Amino acid sequence: MNCREFTEFLHEYLFGNLPAEERAEFDKHLAECPWCVAYLDSYQRTIQLEKAAFSAPVDAPPPAEAPEELIQAILRARSRAS
Amino acid sequence: MVEAVSLGQSGASPDDAALLARMQAGDGDAFEACVRIYAGRLLLVARRILRNEEDANDAVQDAFLSAFKGISQFKGQAQLGTWLHRIVVNAALARLRNRQRHPEKSIEALLPHFGEDEHQIDPPVPWKATPELTVQSEETRELVQRCIGELPEIYRIVLLLRDIEGLATEETAKMLDTSTGVVKTRLHRARQALRSLLDPHFRRGDL
Repeated sequence: MNCREFTEFLHEYLFGNLPAEERAEFDKHLAECPWCVAYLDSYQRTIQLEKAAFSAPVDAPPPAEAPEELIQAILRARSRAS
Repeated sequence: MVEAVSLGQSGASPDDAALLARMQAGDGDAFEACVRIYAGRLLLVARRILRNEEDANDAVQDAFLSAFKGISQFKGQAQLGTWLHRIVVNAALARLRNRQRHPEKSIEALLPHFGEDEHQIDPPVPWKATPELTVQSEETRELVQRCIGELPEIYRIVLLLRDIEGLATEETAKMLDTSTGVVKTRLHRARQALRSLLDPHFRRGDL
């Protein structure tokens, strides 16, 4: 396995259900390639960061209510539709 | 916790079952209660997808009207919040498709490039430590949101649906009318591209 193949199929290594033989190929490459170790780490941290970017902080207040104007527009539209 | 997830989990209460029964019986107050409980949370989902307040408002309205129209068929097999979440995602995607299309940006420049020796031309550099406090900080969250906003649309949407809205690969493929293979590839490319956009900030320890 080379760096191109490692990078191309990295998601399969992390999240796919790879047979042990194929996983061993990835592991072997990682043991020899510090660049791909760095890439793997930053890829995993990217996922951590993007998930955190839109999550509510632990101490956040409950989600804001919708503007009253929008609520009234929805209720009016429902009356018209029914 | 991602808002979409909490939206689903919060739908399990007995209150929701009672609310659903009242809506199915045509109780107008119950429809209003449903809008007041869920509109704020649905609006957050629509804003993430559409990034435009007016379009997001319209998508939420579309979603409620569509949900109310189908309320008699809803058997409670999913939680009310989860059901509404799926409907607003669909409504937002429909709005997105109808928007005037801009030429799609290419993702190529944001993907790794390799030399003849099959090593990356710009070898990856280890990132500085990102403790939980940094990950959760307002500054980091804004930076990451901005970078996600820079992704080409078809990749941004897959990343949002899978990683942020928490939809399964199959469900994402169905909503986007494509195959699960395409969803998996786009998600991987989107994460790679986002990594490239974040790289200068984290390799230099700007945060």
